[in-house]
Amino acid sequence: MSVKVKIPTQLRANAGGEGEITVEGSNVSEVLDALFAVHGELKERICDEDGGLRRFVNVYVGGEDIRFEQGLETPVPAGGEVQILPAVAGG
Amino acid sequence: MPATALKCRECKAEYPLEAHFVCSNCFGPLEVAYDFSALGADPAQTRRRIQAGPQNIWRYSDFLPLQGGSPGASTRGASRSGLPAGCTPLIRADRLAAELGLKEVWVKNDAANPTHSFKDRVVSVATHRARELGFDTLACASTGNLANAVAAQASAFGMRSYVFIPSDLEEQKILATGVYGTNVVAVKGNYDDVNRLCTELSGERAGWAFVNVNMRPYYAEGSKTLAYEISEQLGFTTPDRIVSPIASGSLFTKIAKGFEEWLELGIATGSLPKMNGAQAAGCSPVATAYANGHDVCRPVKPDTIAKSLAIGNPADGPYALELARRSGGGIDMVTDDEIREGIGLLASTTGVFTETAGGVTTAVLKKLAERGEIDPEERVVIVITGEGLKTLDAVRDTFTTHTIEPSFDAFEAEFAVAGSH
Repeated sequence: MSVKVKIPTQLRANAGGEGEITVEGSNVSEVLDALFAVHGELKERICDEDGGLRRFVNVYVGGEDIRFEQGLETPVPAGGEVQILPAVAGG
Repeated sequence: MPATALKCRECKAEYPLEAHFVCSNCFGPLEVAYDFSALGADPAQTRRRIQAGPQNIWRYSDFLPLQGGSPGASTRGASRSGLPAGCTPLIRADRLAAELGLKEVWVKNDAANPTHSFKDRVVSVATHRARELGFDTLACASTGNLANAVAAQASAFGMRSYVFIPSDLEEQKILATGVYGTNVVAVKGNYDDVNRLCTELSGERAGWAFVNVNMRPYYAEGSKTLAYEISEQLGFTTPDRIVSPIASGSLFTKIAKGFEEWLELGIATGSLPKMNGAQAAGCSPVATAYANGHDVCRPVKPDTIAKSLAIGNPADGPYALELARRSGGGIDMVTDDEIREGIGLLASTTGVFTETAGGVTTAVLKKLAERGEIDPEERVVIVITGEGLKTLDAVRDTFTTHTIEPSFDAFEAEFAVAGSH
């Protein structure tokens, strides 16, 4: 099942300059693994030593923060969109 | 300028003083780093220079990240540049203190800023830095007050502006923003949805200065001026305790940074105040993490009348938690009913009418007093960040209006106070 991953500007240098990459996967974990298989440099930017997401990385599936869903196990529908963004304090 | 670099709060990597907000190594937030050695070793001289400065935040430009120092041609009375913020009243609130069994309470009334909230401070700093960096368009993700401040500041400078707000925002805040001739973009979603969209947009619109996204390191520094002012107004000392609202956690942590800078430089005497944060129960990710002993916040979906504090995913939450614990303060939450009561308590004892965020702050002060956490000898300052006229719905139906015929007898009948004068 192919899904679209949106890459933030801060990470595009590690993703061959691409803003959108299409990969296969049925949940966030699989999608990220597929992404890292293409652009290995992204892994250490996004994940900590234990393989979890870094504290200031937000990941959304269809616009919803995966921390409200099932974290890295959150399902991604075919044709869905996974967005990676830096956390920014608001106000 | 005293600023030397942007520095990652997590991994300490340094970046030039440009429009960056996130570390490209670890995604941590960037913060302005300073070298204050040019101020010299004599704090008395620095204090005199501050006192001779304009009656706005630019009197503290030695501590702000602007290349050109105080912007515009300034005199003691004014700074001829944009819409100056700051120098708001610090009011001694003896009746509020007496009501709560405390000895000394002060109200820092930041509703007295040009667009009636503390956001004029942060927007002033972000806008001036944006202009130094060559931006011609201002933008922001806002819960309302920031939109007011950005739209007004952009008008004062003749800059284009786009303000992004949640579509369910209070009407008063939308009207008070649109009047400036900005582009109001109401996003169908909550603040965190607005913030996500703006984070994405800031990467795609190179000529736009999103004050609280790509200009965030500079923007956040503006909140330090609240601490400088409180300290100066208290004779270059520090209060024993601060009670401040927490939304993203930025204001709360930067107030402490302001005090710490002045204490380290010897400009203020005293010690870091106990820092108490205030959240609404309907959006309390930081207060909940504090109560549970966690050092990171779990995001929530906000549901509270305190919309200006309705940030469910507060990125500065971990730093706010660390500060509350380190300073001997804490973080509390109050219900919407307590918020309404807080607005009423502040209004009826001080004459200051605050918006819902100030109701949160006042209600938390009351809670701390009732719990006996505040020593009666303490000097406490509560930070009132916004104006009651922007959230009028919060006080609707909280009092009775006496409608009478225009006659003496009708008045007497209504009030029926025998022997009154």
